[in-house]
Amino acid sequence: MSTYLIKDVELVSGEKVEIGIADGVIMELSNKASQSYENILDGSGCIALPGLVDLHTHLREPGREDAETVLTGTRAAARGGYTAVFAMANTDPVADTAGVVEQVVRLGKEAGWCQVFAVGAVTKDLAGESMAELGAMAHSAAQVRVFSDDGKCVSDSQMMRRALEYVRQFDGVVAQHAQDPKLTVNAQMNEGTVSARLGLRGWPAVAEEAIIARDVLLASHVKSRLHICHVSTAGSVDIIRWAKSRGIDVTAEVTPHHLLLSDDLVESYDPKFKVNPPLRSSEDIAALRMGLADGTIDIVATDHAPHPAEDKECEWAGAANGMIGLETALSVVQKTMVDTGLLTWSQVADRMSITPAKIGRAIGQGIALAVGAPANITIYDPSKNKVVVAQEQISKSKNTPFEGIDLPGQVRHVFFQGNPTMISTEMVAR
Amino acid sequence: MNAGKPVKTVLEQGDISRALTRIAHEIIEKNRGSENLLLLGIPTRGAYLAARLAKIIGSIDKREIPNGVLDITLHRDDLRSRPPRALTPTVIPTGGVEGKIVVLVDDVLFSGRTIRAALDALGEVGRPAQVQLAVLVDRGHRQLPIRADYVGKNLPTSADEIVRVSISEIDEIDQIVIAGANES
Amino acid sequence: MSLEVVTELPRHLLSIGDLNHDQALLILDTAEELAKISDAPIKKLPTLRGRTIVNLFYEDSTRTRISFEAAAKRLSADVINFSAKGSSVSKGESLKDTALTLQAMGADAVVLRHPESGAANRLAGWTNGVVINAGDGTHEHPTQALLDAFTIRRHLGSVGSDLKGKHISIVGDVLHSRVARSNVLLLNLLGAKVTLVAPPTLIPVGVESWPVEVSYAIDEVLPEVDAVMMLRVQSERMQNSFFPSTREYSRLFGLNLDRMNLLQKGALILHPGPMNRGLEISAECADGVQSVILEQVANGVSVRMAVLYLLLGGNIGVGS
Ligand SMILES: [Zn+2]
Repeated sequence: MSTYLIKDVELVSGEKVEIGIADGVIMELSNKASQSYENILDGSGCIALPGLVDLHTHLREPGREDAETVLTGTRAAARGGYTAVFAMANTDPVADTAGVVEQVVRLGKEAGWCQVFAVGAVTKDLAGESMAELGAMAHSAAQVRVFSDDGKCVSDSQMMRRALEYVRQFDGVVAQHAQDPKLTVNAQMNEGTVSARLGLRGWPAVAEEAIIARDVLLASHVKSRLHICHVSTAGSVDIIRWAKSRGIDVTAEVTPHHLLLSDDLVESYDPKFKVNPPLRSSEDIAALRMGLADGTIDIVATDHAPHPAEDKECEWAGAANGMIGLETALSVVQKTMVDTGLLTWSQVADRMSITPAKIGRAIGQGIALAVGAPANITIYDPSKNKVVVAQEQISKSKNTPFEGIDLPGQVRHVFFQGNPTMISTEMVAR
Repeated sequence: MNAGKPVKTVLEQGDISRALTRIAHEIIEKNRGSENLLLLGIPTRGAYLAARLAKIIGSIDKREIPNGVLDITLHRDDLRSRPPRALTPTVIPTGGVEGKIVVLVDDVLFSGRTIRAALDALGEVGRPAQVQLAVLVDRGHRQLPIRADYVGKNLPTSADEIVRVSISEIDEIDQIVIAGANES
Repeated sequence: MSLEVVTELPRHLLSIGDLNHDQALLILDTAEELAKISDAPIKKLPTLRGRTIVNLFYEDSTRTRISFEAAAKRLSADVINFSAKGSSVSKGESLKDTALTLQAMGADAVVLRHPESGAANRLAGWTNGVVINAGDGTHEHPTQALLDAFTIRRHLGSVGSDLKGKHISIVGDVLHSRVARSNVLLLNLLGAKVTLVAPPTLIPVGVESWPVEVSYAIDEVLPEVDAVMMLRVQSERMQNSFFPSTREYSRLFGLNLDRMNLLQKGALILHPGPMNRGLEISAECADGVQSVILEQVANGVSVRMAVLYLLLGGNIGVGS
């Protein structure tokens, strides 16, 4: 294993240091390295963050390898500064057995771009009818701790209650995709002034908020851990804030796209803006940013959802929901949260690495940079600016909603377990 | 505006009135009176000229001379050379064109294509007994076998020169000028 | 020397929202001229000779298709009717592929009827030709609104003028109505006051951003208006609990003889068709002296001729 020294880099504290990496760990973290290293990397102008952890990634394998594979998805993750991703369960077949979750983790290991944790389905085939083998997945080699029917809501109250209770035995968490199905039959976009004008079936905020309200009460009742995926409305933020004030063990995530993009973009009818939950109003965006700043929303998760071109090059209603986001997440967070003064870099490290790892029980990930810690490191230059070009995304699918938007920042170097996955903005061949 | 090339005024206020009066007399003479006449002007300026001619003929013959407007836009063969043009209302006086001697009136006779379109447009309206053509200026360069029955002034021009007719109803002044070729 | 159009239309007609006041008036005034010609014994004009117009219909609508076809043919355009009803929209690709095929065939304009909102906007992004929205999902139906305004103006206004000061009510399933959306925009553009009347379940959330008033009481609105436009109500809406029964709907929101008597003398009754007689409108109202429903159909051809002429009659819209 080669050794590396990153010079002239700033920690989130603002302290300028040199970071020495050898044997998979951080050997040194001081203003002047005492040992010698084989490779010297320039970190000037950059901030060193603990490797980012994404609690919500759709890698699409097995089943939709035309959209993304574990290999291509984790490579995109590495490019975005991630050293760990949680692969969502809505694959084909669904990740509802030990076999599938182990396969996903093994593929991740073979790819070697970042660590892959598998999310297990809550119900068999995501059908919401009977509980998947949660224990088998938890005790498998994949060590599943996060369970989610994401893409679908565990809408049956009794099923949700049982799942919340059951995962407690292995310290698991249920990550809820909060969407009342009856209120959102054929829903196409946020219900409000824009949907009224465009004649697209409305997706009311209450469809999300009602489920979150129910679930925090259920979590409180059975004293379990609940995580809310992709919070998208101001009302949801209020409910979670209230739940936390009552001591309910709930965590929540927000996606980069919900922090930046509003539903008036749908006026183009371009399905690159079609996503579940839908883009909301600018008031919602403001509330989400405040929620992330004050800790009501714990983390940023990408909900990276690749789709091949043909699933988006059609009428709005016929198009698939979802956007890719791994490669642009940190830049969007800088634009919406750091450049606006809402978060410090230390808080970014918390929201994008430390806390997501904690929620997902991702051992060896999300550890603040310190001597002896695993060398999962993202070196990020916040001073660079770049207009997003869809075709330049290395994800297998190019369905980014940020095309044409000028985003700040650029990931310069990434280390995963001591090995570089990116050096000087170039992916390192593996 | 007109780099180096002079703008030459070829007809002035009085000249146009005189030309119209002469045309009016010729129309009466040729048709042995003004009975059965219908003057149809081609927008924009032809329409005003038709109204003036009708008035002059009417004052000579002491009777109302019916006149109207014939929009030719939908029959033009050069529609694709420019953005779509607004239609001008076609106004046909009560009584229509059937059995009438229709005198088409336009400001400038050039390629003849406008008149070709006017004849087609007139065909939509009905079947006159006879169609004649009166123009204020004939500047030559015909591309179709069309000639005017009444001409205010023959004006030899080169094909790329621009003949601009102004009439007081919309241009505040009666005059005809020839402008250099490169002007737009 | 000839009069140039100062007002040009946008390249496509996708939404009334793309038009300004002068453009809307230009269409109505042009339609008025063309209506005169349509009344003449010879009904064919050479204007669009050599142009190819495709009627691409993903939904059955004989009435709209025939109207566009008649308009195109009166202007001597070549018309290709392409019925794609039942083609899969879920798999997506079909509309784009069809667009590319039509372009390869040299279509100068595509008249699109589609069950999904925004389909015309999407099509416009995939073709060089002109796209005319002939109804997309629950979004818009611009030529319907134009012919409605044209019909209203013929009775209550005059050529060259707008509908300033007129009060028009739109009654019925506004939520699912593309006709209502286009009409609200156009009537407002032309200076009219619009009152929507419907049960709250059939009024979209977000209506407060529309330039309209909303009422749930038809009897209070009818005496105030210069025209009332009844929208088609589909009985399927009953299954989704938008209202309890067609009988209750009809009792609360249908136009019947008693209600017709509330209208001012000279107030107009419109309906975009096809009508559910006995549901949203009774036969006496549909066939009564105040009804201009048949005129709407006739005027449709003139208005569509105007749209085709203004979009295709010049140097714009030529496939590159
Ligand atoms: Zn989800």
